[in-house]
Amino acid sequence: MDAAKEAHRGSDEAREMAALPPASNVPAFSRDEDLHAYREMLLIRRFEEKAGQLYGMGLIGGFCHLYIGQEAVVIGVQMASKDGDQVITGYRDHGHMLACGMEPKGVMAELTGRKGGYSRGKGGSMHMFSREKNFYGGHGIVGAQVSLGTGLGFANKYRGDGAVSLTYMGDGAANQGQVYESFNMAQLWKLPVVYVIENNRYAMGTSVSRASAQTDFSKRGVSFGIPGEQVDGMDVRAVREAATRAIAHARDGEGPYILEMQTYRYRGHSMSDPAKYRTKDEVARMREESDPIEQVRKRLLGAHKVPEDEIKAVDAKVRAIVNESADFATSDPEPDPSELWTDILL
Amino acid sequence: MATDILMPALSPTMEQGKLAKWLKKEGDPVKAGDILAEIETDKATMEVEAVDEGVLAKILVADGTDNVAVNTPIAVLAEEGEDPAGVEAGGGQSNSKPNGKAEGEVQKAPAPDMQAEGQAERPAPAAKTEDDKPVEKPAAPAVITNRGQDPAMAEIPEGTQMVTQTVREALRDAMAEEMRRDENVFVMGEEVAEYQGAYKITQGLLQEFGAKRVVDTPITEHGFAGVGVGAAFTGLKPIVEFMTFNFAMQAIDQIINSAAKTLYMSGGQLGCPIVFRGPNGAAARVGAQHSHDYAAWYSNVPGLKVVMPYTASDAKGLLKSAIRDPNPVVFLENEILYGQSFPVPQLDDFTVPIGKAKVHREGKDVTIVSFGIGMTYALKAAHELAEAGIEAEVIDLRTIRPMDSETVVASVKKTGRCITVEEGFPQSGVGAEIAARLMVDAFDYLDAPVLRITGKDVPMPYAANLEKLALPNVAEVIEAAKAVCYR
Repeated sequence: MDAAKEAHRGSDEAREMAALPPASNVPAFSRDEDLHAYREMLLIRRFEEKAGQLYGMGLIGGFCHLYIGQEAVVIGVQMASKDGDQVITGYRDHGHMLACGMEPKGVMAELTGRKGGYSRGKGGSMHMFSREKNFYGGHGIVGAQVSLGTGLGFANKYRGDGAVSLTYMGDGAANQGQVYESFNMAQLWKLPVVYVIENNRYAMGTSVSRASAQTDFSKRGVSFGIPGEQVDGMDVRAVREAATRAIAHARDGEGPYILEMQTYRYRGHSMSDPAKYRTKDEVARMREESDPIEQVRKRLLGAHKVPEDEIKAVDAKVRAIVNESADFATSDPEPDPSELWTDILL
Repeated sequence: MATDILMPALSPTMEQGKLAKWLKKEGDPVKAGDILAEIETDKATMEVEAVDEGVLAKILVADGTDNVAVNTPIAVLAEEGEDPAGVEAGGGQSNSKPNGKAEGEVQKAPAPDMQAEGQAERPAPAAKTEDDKPVEKPAAPAVITNRGQDPAMAEIPEGTQMVTQTVREALRDAMAEEMRRDENVFVMGEEVAEYQGAYKITQGLLQEFGAKRVVDTPITEHGFAGVGVGAAFTGLKPIVEFMTFNFAMQAIDQIINSAAKTLYMSGGQLGCPIVFRGPNGAAARVGAQHSHDYAAWYSNVPGLKVVMPYTASDAKGLLKSAIRDPNPVVFLENEILYGQSFPVPQLDDFTVPIGKAKVHREGKDVTIVSFGIGMTYALKAAHELAEAGIEAEVIDLRTIRPMDSETVVASVKKTGRCITVEEGFPQSGVGAEIAARLMVDAFDYLDAPVLRITGKDVPMPYAANLEKLALPNVAEVIEAAKAVCYR
């Protein structure tokens, strides 16, 4: 690659970094809203840290994709959603499950492949579901959940129940063909679907600018006439604000909406990823300057004047929940061998 | 010199149609490209164009005539200056524009002992023969009074009124009945609604059920298969029609990774009550990309049920069962069978259980196991074998997964010999599976190795002669049956 191109790419990345909208003009959260967001995001953070530890101890096998750094996305969207709205996502899914209200114990026990896991130990990290909480997985084939989520929207419209399908994908999945097949049908049939593209800048080891001709994912629906916007996915307030708009659009029968959440994952793509495709400085800078949880914590301590003890109490409570889930997940028995032959057909 | 104008074929598999209307009358001058007549089938309508100029000397088949076999002379075109009154019917040189692709198979009323067998046969390559003649009317509805004599009818209650229906009509009726029964059932796919179905299987459904439940999709198999699966996860019961299962290759990830595996991966929480259906396997002269038989492929996947009916009655009863089934069902049809007629029981709610094979014909000397269009070879072979003194028992698997080994094993214990017939490829085919099962479950009963008759191990060729070679044929079945009987 020649120097000019290199420089161009460099400037591309710089622009991406700079493209995050300023956080100052987003509507403020109330004290309670910030406390809620803090607690929910912290639960995901601590849960994922624990999952990373258990993985390191050999208690979790296979693939394990952590959501650390991206917590504001799912929490902000959930704060804008209503009961009955469905959530479906790809394989980086633990955060979404917790955000939907699924039990941390059941999620962690699935990670360790135990009887008490959400899928009785038969799904693993990428395959958990809860009909009760309207969480439809948990899908391991990149992009497949986008067609499936569009089908959830189809069912909502068929039933006329007013529910909206919140269909998540990453910047990598956004290049899959079926995503555009789905966009086309969703707009054609005006399906109530909000497509949330979590752009964490790397599809495994490939940066967005190396894989995407159009790096502005909010424009990926332009040829279908689907509105889209870029959102600071590190600011839970901005996420909720945009998601409220998008969900209202979908619920009102106006069809799908695309939200590009500009976010960042601190950890590797999966546990086995040494993340050599980016610098340590880049990660450190994101953590220091944009951490979604730290932003809320600062507001709680500052503007909301929440006493530090109260925040520490939240921290302790979250830690206890996570420890309890880990204890359960490591003491619960493995599924009975007879489970091998169940749940193949109804 | 006068030329015959022949009944054209609208598609490679058309065997007969209706001469709907003449647009020219006898004595009219005709230029090349003039539209002479309109013909129609239950699938489509088409205009018959003149290829030569001349005078329409004689109309041989009147307006409104049904069941005109392809390649039947329908009129005589006299050259200019020739005396139209002097031309002889059928005496002309044949000169049809759409070169007759399919020779009309004469549809006879089924013989009493073969009521359930239909008259299906692969269209032969184009060749005008003296056998061309207008077809007889389909068999009139018959009441079965001695269905005990016909093992193929054993499932149908004694005294049931039967109607003759094509597989196409039976499939449509199955969908319509289930859609009336359950609001959650809907059908989606390419051309299923306004076009009335690429193969007219969904004919009339849009009119009865409306656009909400009969959904035309863009050409986007991967996407709409996923949409169907997603809708099924919520408890709706989609029937996803693929224009052919060859196109379902674009969607096979959703069929297998999403539809078949999610119940297991969710620990039993998330079922997927969906039917994927459409024509599968070879039609006639459509080449390698449109001729693949996927029976063995889908039957390899736990979490799927795979159904492949032969008769109209099984098509109807099994499709109804498939729609009601809480699991994903791959329902493999066949374009050539669509137009074939069989007796179908006139019952308010006739279903055929998935996973149950049928002894279609009883015999003591050799077991022939087949399914779908493979049954056409198996049954013809069985009749010819009977003339040679070999009584073949013909088993129609009907469901490929879960496979009814029990029925096959019971038969082999009686006959000691087994051959399998399918149009799919030999390696890892359905026949291979049957052979493996028999080796374990009937080893001590086998008097000869299990032989497989399959499609040849080559991509499907286009040329008529090569295609014929690539497919199984009756002679191969007979030869194999004789071989295992050491005859």
